[in-house]
Amino acid sequence: MSEKQDVAKSDVAQQTQAVLPPVDIVEDEAGIRLTADLPGVPKDQLSVRTEGQSLLIEGQVAIDTPEGMEPVYVETRSPVYRRTFNLSRDLDPTKIDAAFRDGVLTLRIPKAEHAQPRKIAVSVV
Amino acid sequence: MYESLLRLPVDFFSDFDRIQRELNQAFGGAGAPTSIRALGRGAFPRVNIGTSAKSVEVYALLPGVDPAKLDVSVDRGLLTIAGERPSDLPAASDKVSVYADERFAGKFKRTVSLPDDVDPAAIEANYRDGVLRVSIPRREAAQPKRIEVK
Repeated sequence: MSEKQDVAKSDVAQQTQAVLPPVDIVEDEAGIRLTADLPGVPKDQLSVRTEGQSLLIEGQVAIDTPEGMEPVYVETRSPVYRRTFNLSRDLDPTKIDAAFRDGVLTLRIPKAEHAQPRKIAVSVV
Repeated sequence: MYESLLRLPVDFFSDFDRIQRELNQAFGGAGAPTSIRALGRGAFPRVNIGTSAKSVEVYALLPGVDPAKLDVSVDRGLLTIAGERPSDLPAASDKVSVYADERFAGKFKRTVSLPDDVDPAAIEANYRDGVLRVSIPRREAAQPKRIEVK
C-alpha cells in the first residue's frame, strides 16, 4: 500500500503540466471500450502502457507552426496529455486492442476468459 | 478494493490539479484579456490563434471529425468553423453501461475575428491528427519590407 502511494505522488509531480483528455467509457458483455480525444498528437508520439493493473495513456502534441509565430489567443496551453486508469481484475490487460485515427484513440479491453459471462446450468437433483 | 473498476480520474490530487488548470484556462493566464467571442470552458472545438509577419494561423482542436464535412468560411472579417461530431455511444441497455461520457458530441460552431490586413481569398485549411489549421496570409502591402537606401 505504501509503495502504491509513492507511485501516486510521483505521478502528481509529473502531471502538473499535462491535460486530462476527455474520455468515453462503455462496457458491454465482452469488455470495455475506452475512447479518448488527443488532438494534435501524431501516432508516433502516443504511448499506451499497462503496468500491472494500471493503464496509462500519454501523448505529446506536435503541431507545425510557422517561423516567428506568436500566440495571440490560447485556450489549450499544455503540449502533453496524460491520464491513468486502474483496471479491475476481470479485465485482461494483455489483450488490449488500440486504434488511433484523427486524434481519437479507441481502446478495446476484453474481459479475461474466466470473467466472460457464462450461463450456469442448474441441474435438478 | 476501493479503487477498482475504471472509476473516474486517477486520484484526489490530480483532480485538484485539474480543477486548478481549468480555472487557469477559464480566466486566462495572468489576467490576460479574453476574446469577445470566447466560449466558456468545455467549448468545442478549442481554438488557438497565432500570428506571424506573413500570416494568421488558427488551430482548432477537432478530433474525430470528417474533414470533408467541416464548414470553414470567411465573411466580413469573421472566420467561422462549423460542423457536427456524431456521438458514437451506444444506447444504454441492460447489457451495456456507460461510465464516462466526457467527449463532445453534436453540432458546433466557432467564430474568430480576423485582423484587417489579411487576404481572405488566399485562405488555406488543412486537417491533420485531429487538428484543423486555417492559415490566412496577410496582404502583400501589410508584410514587412526592407527598403533599399540608395
